[in-house]
Amino acid sequence: MPLLRLVPDGTKIPFLRGRHLGLALSAVLSLASLMLAIYPGLNWGIDFKGGVVLEVRTLAPADFPAMRAAIAEAGVGGASLQQFGSPAEVLVRMEAQADEAAQQRAVAAVRAALEGAIPGARVVRVEAVGSRVSAELFVAGMTALAMALLAILLYIWFRFEWQFAVGAVVTLVLDVTKAVGFLALTGIEFDLATVAALLTIIGYSVNDKVVVYDRMRENLRKYKTMPLRELMDLSINETLSRTLGTSATTVLTVLPLALLTTGSVEGFAWTMLFGIVVGTSSSIFIASPIVLLLGEHRLRRGVEVQPASFG
Amino acid sequence: MMYFAPWKIASILGGILLALVLAVPSFVPKERLGPAAEWLPWRQIQLGLDLRGGSYLLLEVDMAAVIRERLDNLADGARTRLRGAGIGYTNLGATERAVTLRLTDPSRTPEALRLLRELANPITTGMGAQQPDLEVSAAPDGLVTLALSEPQLREKATQAVQQSIEIIRRRIDETGVVDPLIARQGANRILVQLPGVQDPERIKQLIGKTARMTFHLLDETADVTARTPPPGVMFLEGDRGRGGQPERYAVRRRVEVDGANLTDARAGQNPQTGEWVVNFSFDSIGTRRFAEVTRNNVGRPFAIVLDDKVITAPVIREPITQGRGQISGTFTAASANDLAVLLRAGALPAPLAVVEERTVGPELGADAIRAGMVALAIGFVLVVAWMLLFYGLFGAFAVLALLVNMVLLLAVLSLMEATLTLPGIAGILLTLGMAVDANILINERIREEVGRGRTPLNAMEAGFKRAYATILDSNLTTLFAMAMLYAFGSGPVRGFAVTISVGILCSMFSAIVFVRLVMVQWYRGRRPARLPV
Repeated sequence: MPLLRLVPDGTKIPFLRGRHLGLALSAVLSLASLMLAIYPGLNWGIDFKGGVVLEVRTLAPADFPAMRAAIAEAGVGGASLQQFGSPAEVLVRMEAQADEAAQQRAVAAVRAALEGAIPGARVVRVEAVGSRVSAELFVAGMTALAMALLAILLYIWFRFEWQFAVGAVVTLVLDVTKAVGFLALTGIEFDLATVAALLTIIGYSVNDKVVVYDRMRENLRKYKTMPLRELMDLSINETLSRTLGTSATTVLTVLPLALLTTGSVEGFAWTMLFGIVVGTSSSIFIASPIVLLLGEHRLRRGVEVQPASFG
Repeated sequence: MMYFAPWKIASILGGILLALVLAVPSFVPKERLGPAAEWLPWRQIQLGLDLRGGSYLLLEVDMAAVIRERLDNLADGARTRLRGAGIGYTNLGATERAVTLRLTDPSRTPEALRLLRELANPITTGMGAQQPDLEVSAAPDGLVTLALSEPQLREKATQAVQQSIEIIRRRIDETGVVDPLIARQGANRILVQLPGVQDPERIKQLIGKTARMTFHLLDETADVTARTPPPGVMFLEGDRGRGGQPERYAVRRRVEVDGANLTDARAGQNPQTGEWVVNFSFDSIGTRRFAEVTRNNVGRPFAIVLDDKVITAPVIREPITQGRGQISGTFTAASANDLAVLLRAGALPAPLAVVEERTVGPELGADAIRAGMVALAIGFVLVVAWMLLFYGLFGAFAVLALLVNMVLLLAVLSLMEATLTLPGIAGILLTLGMAVDANILINERIREEVGRGRTPLNAMEAGFKRAYATILDSNLTTLFAMAMLYAFGSGPVRGFAVTISVGILCSMFSAIVFVRLVMVQWYRGRRPARLPV
């Protein structure tokens, strides 16, 4: 016998009773997130903004004034220094230069200046993204997000009913906007890795929704007279143990990543953790109420839903 | 559903065993394996530059320069041909995509068109047909247009990129970088990956030079202080102008000998002065042209022009017929050697710009691997503990499935010779968390079915059957999101999409097929009256 039980048998929590509050709260949070993304705004990484990042390691704790002086002497303006990890690790950032050639000259100048002026300083990472490339990467990232949502909308429409598809995608948009707000609040860099995190959150969250919807579809067939709201509550409760269990195992794998890595993967991991929490709660409180709103009269008109036939 | 024919059991176990063997090359060095290395399909997971250290450069071919050069050549050719035929014209000039001129005598238009059409180069279109790269047309008032058209420009771009790749490869090979990857990306970009290169400055310098060397006569009558050069002449600066005012030369546009006709170039030292020089030799065409020019122009200066800079312009003392020559300038050992490398590799068809650079030092890469592996180990232990605590024996089955899933994942990645990046390791970790989802679904379902009073075998059967559709639907939607990430993402992020997609696909086998097999065998052995759920 297993030692622990996540959700006791026969749990019946009337989640849908709080549906209006849940939806309103979610909408407000998402709106607030969007506002945070505009002001104070996202911390744009060089993937999307263009620019240069150099990671420098020194033997002794880094001497910031000496480093600043060396960079200034190299004739490169607009560089900012920031401690990164240990005191002997420094991140040098520069805005995107006028063109790619100027950017390359700046990289070479700063690298030479730092390695020359600070004994034992090593440039261990250089990332330089031209402004045209960064614009393209941004468009590609946003396209990926949009296409993923579209593909999911179509697939769920095909496998379930349109109410489910719309419910899932609206919930996903609410999830993703909150994650964007999280990025704005924490100052985690918004770059390709974070877009990967947003896409993974979408994948993870929709996975969760599909499990609940799947159970609803099954219950719609099984209990032909049960009111839709009651049926949804039943479905959520029946899948609750699984919803929480999978969230837990996923958190357990992402948490070490967040704690042990640095840089963009760390940002990815924290964003992901936030997304798991949001995605799990939206599976319980948001996704079903939306379907209920859309389908109160349509899904149950004395006829059962026609699910795509399956084994 | 809950019965496995012996051949099925054998093929499932055989498949897992095969996967184990296929994953071996990624983890065991070839020498350690001895004779087995001979018959194993030796495909390994590659480490990405972010893990092994190295430099990633994205170069862009300056297409505007390619077009400008072609237009310049066209204008030059038009001038020579029309003059040769004695056809008068005015306003010869190049616009963005075309060369235009106006014939003074419109009645000679047909003749002019025939001559100008000869300037076209044939290009091969997608259908394999030959087509001129030029459209020559005339308006009734004598305005003649030589236009490069869109598909032909695209063909030109392809050619320029292909040629550039070839030349970059030759230049990089000279530097001794191991396993460089040079590939086309998009319409006019070239991706260069240099494993192990921590400071790519020298390579960027080598790649960044067009290295087009040409030999020109000087126009000794021209006034180099004038603002605009006379027709057919260009003002170029000398290369030695470091410190002082650079010297200015009036160089005739006509290329007497082209560096493309070089067969070899080596750095050397002048035995008398100890000065560094570059010795070169020509092929037969170059030798003949060089001999001809030097014979006819003894006593006059002859300019060696590299990338629009005059390196040197010595006076021809005697005809040079052996096809060998020497460039002296202000060389150091390193710069003479670099120039020799560039000349041997050939000129780029157009300038290249580094539009994206990502360089990671090996120590940072090693740190990343360490962090990734420790996170992987901790994540694995935590998931195993969770599954055992919450699902008991069936949780242990899920852990077995997780191990099988890892073996399959590594085998597939090895077979694909996939590149493992730090985001890729994150993908494997996430796969761990999400792969057990299938088992959780099945176990929860079985628990429910038991709760509804089904017999153990019945409950297991119903659990698998019901969970199956759910697993399929939920995993497919995740795969959609990852497919989009792969399609639109770039660099290490793609590694994430690959590992997580492969991981999810493998988990469908390990969680559904393998676990069912284990449960069935366990049930047949024990015949429990109650399921331990």
